Amino acid sequence: MPKSPELEHPQKVFGWAARDTSGVLSPFNFSRRVNGDNDITLEVHYCGICHSDLHAIKNEWGNSVYPMVPGHEIVGVVTEVGSNVTKFKVGDKAGVGCIVGSCRSCDRCTQDMEIFCSNTAILTYNCEYYDGTRTYGGYSNKFVVDEHFGIQFPDNIPLDATAPLLCAGITVYSPMKYYGLSQPGMHLGVVGLGGLGHVAVKFAKAFGMKVTVISTSISKKEEAIDRLGADDFLVSRDPDQMQAAVGTLDGIIDTASAVHPLLPLISLLKNDGKLVMVGAPDKPLELPLFSLLMGRKLIGGSASGGIKETQEMINFAAKHNITADIEVIPMDYVNTAMERLAKGDVRYRFVIDVGNTLKSS
Amino acid sequence: MPSSMENGEDDVTLKILYCGVCHSDLHSVKNGWGGAKYPLVPGHEIVGVVTKVGSSVKKFKVGDHVGVGVIVGSCTNCENCKQDLENYCPKMILTYGSTDHDGTMTYGGYSDIMVAHQNFVLKFPDNLPLDAGAPLLCAGITVYSPMKYYGMTEAGKHLGVVGLGGLGHVAVKIGKAFGLKVTVISTSPKKEKEAIEKLGADSFLVSRDPEKMKAALGTIDYIVDTVSAVHPLDPLLGLLKTNGKLVQVGLPEKPLELPIFPLALGRKLVGGSNIGGLKETQEMLDFCAKHNIVADIELIKMDYINTAMERLSKADVHYRFVIDVANSSL
Repeated sequence: MPKSPELEHPQKVFGWAARDTSGVLSPFNFSRRVNGDNDITLEVHYCGICHSDLHAIKNEWGNSVYPMVPGHEIVGVVTEVGSNVTKFKVGDKAGVGCIVGSCRSCDRCTQDMEIFCSNTAILTYNCEYYDGTRTYGGYSNKFVVDEHFGIQFPDNIPLDATAPLLCAGITVYSPMKYYGLSQPGMHLGVVGLGGLGHVAVKFAKAFGMKVTVISTSISKKEEAIDRLGADDFLVSRDPDQMQAAVGTLDGIIDTASAVHPLLPLISLLKNDGKLVMVGAPDKPLELPLFSLLMGRKLIGGSASGGIKETQEMINFAAKHNITADIEVIPMDYVNTAMERLAKGDVRYRFVIDVGNTLKSS
Repeated sequence: MPSSMENGEDDVTLKILYCGVCHSDLHSVKNGWGGAKYPLVPGHEIVGVVTKVGSSVKKFKVGDHVGVGVIVGSCTNCENCKQDLENYCPKMILTYGSTDHDGTMTYGGYSDIMVAHQNFVLKFPDNLPLDAGAPLLCAGITVYSPMKYYGMTEAGKHLGVVGLGGLGHVAVKIGKAFGLKVTVISTSPKKEKEAIEKLGADSFLVSRDPEKMKAALGTIDYIVDTVSAVHPLDPLLGLLKTNGKLVQVGLPEKPLELPIFPLALGRKLVGGSNIGGLKETQEMLDFCAKHNIVADIELIKMDYINTAMERLSKADVHYRFVIDVANSSL
């Protein structure tokens, strides 16, 4: 008979977990493995709330196992290192993103794309680990991880505002590089101004690109241009504005996760333009084939990124002073935060102040 | 005879010998894509012999074998035209059903004579049979161009070809010439023997067989989808490896559905492509001549054309009808 979460591992830890599909989170005592030879242990300071956390706690993708401790934008300080560890020493700042394990030997893993491991990458939470136990995420006081999946955080960057980069950041950075949408002078569209979108704008400006934010409502225009540095703003529901912008974009990063029409976006692209989907609508979208063919355009997808690239992204963000715009919250605000997140009521990421507000029950 | 039949100084007049019957001809005559203007003379896989050249024509002389494909004009000074991508010029003039520079309608290759600007006439390689080579002018370039653009040319990689018709069978041959492993993906098991024994495909996947499709998940680097009927993309995306590419060259009359999760979780893409520019069409003809690639054709006379169209609509041809124009009474 499997042991309870509190007893299955030697180290007692605590956090907040969802117990059922209501998604309501509450204090939860559980356990983690002791720090192995290849592991580092983090005292968790902050954890970003990703929209995926919301989908997962409510079982919207149909694969949730409870109790679930979400959180895959985890930053903290290293308190222990295993005997084989070379990347980190005690006292270093470190982060953990979306994955904590992979086979390390397939084509994908050896080419630094562990997220696409042929033998399935192990997700930071709601996944089965090698020993058959569930993985528990960053809404908890302590985290143990194989050093390979730890990300080094330079001293000079604010931990709270860079935590979201571990998912939101890499999720836009990786496809911008892969699809060649990172050259100075190129014109990039960003659909949706939320956790992913606002970071995409900042990266694009740092790449020297011209950026147009495409949104369903004009309410975000001032912020997009004045605060985030976007060059232009298009209201997608305004046919005149959209018509005037036809054939002007080299690429679009589409962060919208609701079902939405693709044809207007494809029309905005120049010939050979690329529409990259990083949001995850859960129903199929209508494919405007004629437009694709007549302009040799493409629609591609992307999800997260490899460890090496995540490190590269953090280093790039540190160099260009790129952080997420966040609202720091105490642990016990998390359920309210989830409700607000469901309504898009956050500019633009909640970050849980785990270090100061998560108390053992 | 329309005034565009006069041979200007940049023009070439050709006596048409052969013209391939492209599925687009069928869509167009039945107004399947909308916007058809009748009377419509289709045909854009045209091979003939030069009978007259204008005073500025240097590339061709009387007696040369030449081809004319899908395009007979473009603006010549947009970004696309300057990059030899006349096929993406917004003012592209199609070989039939389009408005020419002088305001008249263009008429295609189901006819005895054509006059075309030298920049839109292709040199037909000496060793390429005129009849079996004609379909390359549309079918050939339509698969060759995206195979180059989307990087489907690394020897040893695995190409899937969906649909074994005019486009599909040429894609198999070109794929083999690039050194690719080729799997044909088709709804009908009857085509397997021919795909493997005659066309040289390495394997055949019946898309309606769920077990076979499951066994093939994540095994293909790129797919050229030639099917012009509505069909599900989810199973095709599943066949692709991570970073795989699905390229649509068929043009269904209704939209398809695109599932987003498989794209995101495997960093896959769906792209489109439409014929090719003139420079690339010439490159394709030369490539096919070098590798002895021609279409598999059924030669017909002009008076068989309506029956041919009916058979084509039922995919009852292996794999292109070609009209023996010169020997037909028009």
